[in-house]
Amino acid sequence: MDSATTASTIKFTRAGFWRGMSRAWPLAIALGPFGLVVGIIIQSKGLTMVDCVLMNMFIYAGASEIVALANWTHPAPILAAILAAFVVNMRLALMGPVLNPWLAKITPVQRFFSLFVLVDPSWALAVTDMRKGGTDAAFYAGLSVPLWAGWVISSLVGYLAASRLNLPPDHPLFFAALASFIALLVPLWRGRSDALPWLVAGGVALSVARILPGSSWYIVAGALAGSITGAIAEHRK
Amino acid sequence: MSEHVSNLEAIAGMALATLACRFGGYWLFARITPTPFIRHMLSYLPGTIFMAFVTPALVRGGPQDWVGAACAIAAMMFIRNLGAAIGLGVAGAWAWHLLA
Repeated sequence: MDSATTASTIKFTRAGFWRGMSRAWPLAIALGPFGLVVGIIIQSKGLTMVDCVLMNMFIYAGASEIVALANWTHPAPILAAILAAFVVNMRLALMGPVLNPWLAKITPVQRFFSLFVLVDPSWALAVTDMRKGGTDAAFYAGLSVPLWAGWVISSLVGYLAASRLNLPPDHPLFFAALASFIALLVPLWRGRSDALPWLVAGGVALSVARILPGSSWYIVAGALAGSITGAIAEHRK
Repeated sequence: MSEHVSNLEAIAGMALATLACRFGGYWLFARITPTPFIRHMLSYLPGTIFMAFVTPALVRGGPQDWVGAACAIAAMMFIRNLGAAIGLGVAGAWAWHLLA
């Protein structure tokens, strides 16, 4: 990893947990509209409230839920839903190892729950902290708890309010989730060496999204193409 | 009733598939010693994953989202506060939505 952390100094403190909690609230709020939308979709597909809560507690990956729900039928399309979850969430398999300097040094129980709630925004903030030399793995746990709870609650609110809310799909409130992902790119920028890999990632993602509409291979394809470009550039130095 | 069972089966299957993604990558990398090339790749992943996620959505979104994105990036660069960046991003998109 490119952080200055040495593995032996990794800790998991209460102070770190609270620092994470205090940094998580803007994200928990920003993801609210996204959760709301997922809840509304779940209701519109005729699923029960229990289904809604279980889905968001245990899958906890909104994009994959939306893709699977788009093609939901009764009885449920079990294999198609599993495939959607797998393809959309494959990026999580690439994200986990980046946190290894922290996760390798905490207890198995802490590690299990850290990976169980692995999602993009908290991961990005944790990586940013790690790159600045952060050594407190509890920071990531503190980020994750409010995000997970906020997600389960906002999707449930969406489910319950679905019949009364009537927001058009292009309502600016729904931009909040995308805005948070865009804003998180700023602290991830390390300098000019990021330019080419980022351009390749965006370009490849755009092309794959055009070639395979309705699937989510574009995320994995763009991320791998960009990262391989970066690694090749480093190799040539 | 059996219809509801199939919903639960689909949700359980999706949860397991997602769990496999969350744990599988970590499990695999903890068991191999990454070469310098792989380590470099991993160091580029955070930015490239977000770029791959954001670019098609932005292109699809049109001017309303572009204005919002510019506001969010500017706010993040100058105020360095995630809450402010998200709020100003939505405000920018909303302003465009009302004006256009």
